[in-house]
Amino acid sequence: MIKVTNLTKKFGQIKAVNNISFSVNIGEILGFLGPNGAGKSTTMRIITGFIPQTSGNVCVGGYDVSKHSLKTRENIGYLAGNAPVYPDMTVTGFLKFCAEIRGFSGAALKKKVSETIEKCFLTKVQLQTVETLSKGYKQRVSFAQSIIHDPKYLILDEPTDGLDPNQKYEIRTMIRQMSKTKAIILSSHILEEVDIVCSRAIIITQGSIIADETPKQLRKRSKFYGAVSAIFNTPVKNDIISDLKKHKIIKNIDIKNDNRNLTVFPKTSETAILDTVLTILNNHKTKPVSVFVDKGRLDEVFRTLTVPPDNLLQNVNLSSFLH
Amino acid sequence: MKKPFSPKNIFTIFKRELAGYFESPVAYVFIVIFLLLQGFFTFNIGQFFQTDQANLLVFFQWHPWIFLFLIPAIGMRLWAEEFRTGTIELLLTLPVTIFDTVLGKFFAAWLFLGIALFLTFPMIITVMYLGNPDTGVIICTYTGSFLMAGAFLSICSMTSSLTKSQVISFVISIVICLFFILAGYPPITDSLSGWAPFWITDIISNFSFLTHFDAFKSGVLDLRDFIYYISVIFFMLYINSVIISNRKS
Repeated sequence: MIKVTNLTKKFGQIKAVNNISFSVNIGEILGFLGPNGAGKSTTMRIITGFIPQTSGNVCVGGYDVSKHSLKTRENIGYLAGNAPVYPDMTVTGFLKFCAEIRGFSGAALKKKVSETIEKCFLTKVQLQTVETLSKGYKQRVSFAQSIIHDPKYLILDEPTDGLDPNQKYEIRTMIRQMSKTKAIILSSHILEEVDIVCSRAIIITQGSIIADETPKQLRKRSKFYGAVSAIFNTPVKNDIISDLKKHKIIKNIDIKNDNRNLTVFPKTSETAILDTVLTILNNHKTKPVSVFVDKGRLDEVFRTLTVPPDNLLQNVNLSSFLH
Repeated sequence: MKKPFSPKNIFTIFKRELAGYFESPVAYVFIVIFLLLQGFFTFNIGQFFQTDQANLLVFFQWHPWIFLFLIPAIGMRLWAEEFRTGTIELLLTLPVTIFDTVLGKFFAAWLFLGIALFLTFPMIITVMYLGNPDTGVIICTYTGSFLMAGAFLSICSMTSSLTKSQVISFVISIVICLFFILAGYPPITDSLSGWAPFWITDIISNFSFLTHFDAFKSGVLDLRDFIYYISVIFFMLYINSVIISNRKS
C-alpha cells in the first residue's frame, strides 16, 4: 500500500504540494489529474524518493520513503515525466543495465529483458540506439524499464504521452492487466484515459487535492450527467418543449439548430429522465432520429474544479468583448 | 552515504559508463588527440631527441598541462549531461546510492584515462631502444601520472554536477585545475617565496599536483604523495555527491 500523509513540499516560498493525504491499495489504479504545475509530478517524485518532502510522510509497503529510501526504491517502478532514457544505449543494452541494477543476473536477466521487450512491443527496435527512436518508442522503452522487475508499486507520470491511439490502447490494456497485483498511480492530461483505466481519480490543483472519487462519481458532478439529448429531422413544436419544461423532474432544456437538437437536463443527478422524455415525445407523436443519455463530461468537471471562478468570468467577458 | 558501498552496483554503473565511451566517437577522438598532443609536446616543444637522454622526463613534464585541457573535456559530461537530459531522475530512482553512482562513473572515466595513458607505451619502447633507461622511474612516474589524472578527474566530476551546461562545467574545471597546478608552478612559488614566509609557500605548494608529481618523477614512491592524491579524489567525490543530493531537492 502507498500511504501519503499530510505531504507538503515547498520550493522557496512556493508551496508546490500543500498538505495532501491519500492512499492506494494493491489492486487499485489511481489517476492523478490536474493542470500543469499543479504538483502531480512533484508528488510522484517524492513517492519515488527522488526529492525529499518539506514535511509529511510517505510510506510504500510499510516503509518510510525518507528513512528506507533504497528498500522502497527496490519495490517501485517509475516512469518519469519526460521518459528519460540514455540516448547512446541500445534498447537491449539499456534494459539489461536496469535489470542488473535491479539485482538480476545470468539467465534470469536475459529472460527478464527478452520478456519485457516482447511485452512492450520493442522487438523490432531492440538493437537500435535510443536516440534513433521515435517519441512513442522512447516512451515504451521507459515504460519497459519501469516494469522490468515486476514491482509491486508502479508510479507512471503520463505513461501514454506521445503515443498513437493504438499504442495508447495497448499500454492501457497492459496497465489494467497488471493492476491486480500492483498498486498503480498514473498521472494524465487525458481525461478519457482516467475514465477507462483508473479505479479512482484525484484532482489536484495548486498543490491541494480537490476531489478524490471514482471516475463515475466525478462524472456525476457534471451538469450533463443524465441529460437526454435528442436530434430531430424537423423542428420540434413549441408545445412539446413547454410540456417537457413543465415536468417536475426536468430542470431545463437546451435548444439548438432551430428546435432540431434538444438537450433535456434532469432536476438532480439521481433522476433518470429518458422514459419521461420519450413518453412526452410519443404523446405528441414525434420521433427523434437519435437519442442518447449523457454519462457526464469529465472535461467539464475538471474545468469547473480547477479553474478559479474569477477566471471563468474573465473568459466570458473577454469573449463577449471580442464579438 | 550512510549506507555501505555496494560494489555490485558500482560495477554495474562502471560497466555502463565505460561502454558508453567506446560506443560513441568520444573515446577515439580523445585518445587520438591525447596521443598527438603528447607527441607534439614531447618531440617538437620539448625537443626530446636534442636532450640526448634515455629517460622520459621531457615526456612527463607536459602531462599536467595536457591533462589541464583534456580531462575537463572528459569530466564535463559526467553529471551535466544527466541533469540536462533528465536521466538523473531515472538513475537516482533506481535502488542505488548517490555515492555508488559517483564512484561508478568516476572509476569508468579514470580507467578510460588509464587506457589513454597506456597507449603512450611506444614512448617507453623508444627510450628502451635508444638507451638504457631506469624502468623503475618510468613505472613510478606513470603511476604518479595516473593518480594525478584521477585527481584532475575528480575535480571535473565535481564541477560537472554543479551545472546543466557542459561548457560552464568545462570552464570552471579548468580554472580549479589551473589553481592546483599553479600553486606549485616554479614561477609562482618563486615569486611567493620572495616576500612570504617559508611555511606559507610550503603549504601552498604542497596543495599542488605539480609538487607531488615531481616526487614521482624523481622515482620516489612516497606514501604521502599517494595519500595526497587519493584524499583529493575522495574529498572531491564526496563534495560531488553532496552537491547532487542538494541539487535534486
